[in-house]
Amino acid sequence: MVDEVTVNEPVIRVNGLTRKFGDLTAVDDISFQVGRGEIFGFLGPNGAGKTTTVRMLTGVIEPTSGSATIQGHDIRKESILSREHIAVVPEQANVYLDLSVWRNLMLMAELYGIPRNRRISSGERLLEALGLFTRKESKARELSKGLKQRLMLCAALVTEPEVLFLDEPTSGLDVQSARLIRKIVTELNADGLTVFITTHNMIEAGDICSRVAIINKGRIAAIDTPGRLRSMVRQGRYVEAVFVGQSPPSQKLESIPGVIRLESGQGVFRLYTEAPGRVATLLAVQTAAMGFELEQLNTCEPSLEDVFLYYTGDGGSR
Amino acid sequence: MISTSGHSVWRRQAHASLVILKKNVLLYYLKPPVLIFGVVFPVFFFLAFKMGRNVPPGGVVPGMVAMALWFTASAIGPMVTPWERGAKTWERLISTPVSIRSILAGDVLSGFVFGSAVSVIPVILGQLFTDAHLVNLPLLVTGILTGALTFASLGVLLSSPPASSPSNIMLLSNLVRLPLLFVSGIFVPIEQMPAWAGWVAPLSPLSYASAMIRAAYGSVPYFPVWLCILMLLIFTSVMFAASCRFHKMYRAKGL
Repeated sequence: MVDEVTVNEPVIRVNGLTRKFGDLTAVDDISFQVGRGEIFGFLGPNGAGKTTTVRMLTGVIEPTSGSATIQGHDIRKESILSREHIAVVPEQANVYLDLSVWRNLMLMAELYGIPRNRRISSGERLLEALGLFTRKESKARELSKGLKQRLMLCAALVTEPEVLFLDEPTSGLDVQSARLIRKIVTELNADGLTVFITTHNMIEAGDICSRVAIINKGRIAAIDTPGRLRSMVRQGRYVEAVFVGQSPPSQKLESIPGVIRLESGQGVFRLYTEAPGRVATLLAVQTAAMGFELEQLNTCEPSLEDVFLYYTGDGGSR
Repeated sequence: MISTSGHSVWRRQAHASLVILKKNVLLYYLKPPVLIFGVVFPVFFFLAFKMGRNVPPGGVVPGMVAMALWFTASAIGPMVTPWERGAKTWERLISTPVSIRSILAGDVLSGFVFGSAVSVIPVILGQLFTDAHLVNLPLLVTGILTGALTFASLGVLLSSPPASSPSNIMLLSNLVRLPLLFVSGIFVPIEQMPAWAGWVAPLSPLSYASAMIRAAYGSVPYFPVWLCILMLLIFTSVMFAASCRFHKMYRAKGL
């Protein structure tokens, strides 16, 4: 079930947004809000409707039905005003390959009407921050994929957006570029930038997103903070135990009250349960009574990846 | 983000059109092949039709000017959107706070500036190397400017179909532009063409620009000058409105 969460100072409001392509419903009646200063993650498998949602919100395609506002401006009726507040970094870097890095940057700033002095100073600052300053005069086609993606981020940020849409921004990038992009986005968010990010990278989403929505087959399956989403998937919680020397037999561990299933390998035992605290206590008491000594005992929440698989139908029944 | 207060939307959009013009010039119009094509192709095309016919060198010049204008102002416009769709830059462009109308106005302006500028070359060549006698400079300038605007609008209209391959649009572009060229009185004055051609000629915007340019060189215009200007402005308005409509319809096709 998806909770209707009302956030403080919503920057993006989406209400019943739907997009059909012929008979295919790519996005099906989705509703959510994104608050000022949030990093909002939009997770989903391929074809779930993530990019279609971003394209509707950024004015590239029109919704079939429903409504959305950005900074209070309706994306259909006040499309240009709503687009004045946003910038987009698409998955595929679509810079002008025959223009220099600097020209690409200035072109975007000029399209947004950024005054000359401001666009020059912020352009230089951004190129410096993203490690592109020495490539200022290089043609964009001479840049690697990672550098092109950094240029896309520069070109988006030089327009001074209030909301930044990132569509799979680190997909297929080298570690340095991906890390640098995450660092810059996190720093800008700390300064008040609202970020809407679609990603497949669960670690990235878990690390930087204040809330995430999981979309599957065009519908939103869950929205919450990564921590609360993890705690909601109760079957994914487990107790992890490692013993000194010999381990107790698996049947003894499986028979501990509250254990749903047991996984073991290389001396590590995972006891899945909805009550990890109680099971950990019982495990410690019972194994000690049997003469086994514990080396490690941890209670663990499911990863965001487990949550994702759970909600997208590949992680067992809900 | 710039606050909208204190700025008129019209001014912001007009400025954006100029930025699009600048982008098009840097990316597409200043390429050597484009410049060479714009100058050489009309000259050779016209000479091919002139050879073997008894036309004084000075009589060639108005046709050369009109042809250069036709081929340059409408040459790149049809290709810009397909190129941008193919390079995936179109999606980024339409997510900026710039209307489709302003983007297309920028495309029209690019063709207008390029066509007008290149057309000066055959005018100068004609003055220097032929006996062509320019009798009405303001009329020539008016003919070139209004013609360039109309032909650039035609170019942008031809870019409307949602093709990501420029070759498809090139085919369509030539299918439209070449027949219009032949019925417009460039090679044979309209009054000397067969009756049916006389009926078809008014459908080509080139007929009106050509008539004005010929009149500037002393010929009696086939259409009154006021009608030429009016028709070119009507063609421009209708074609620009149609291209805005089609581009909005096909906005997200092929992304």
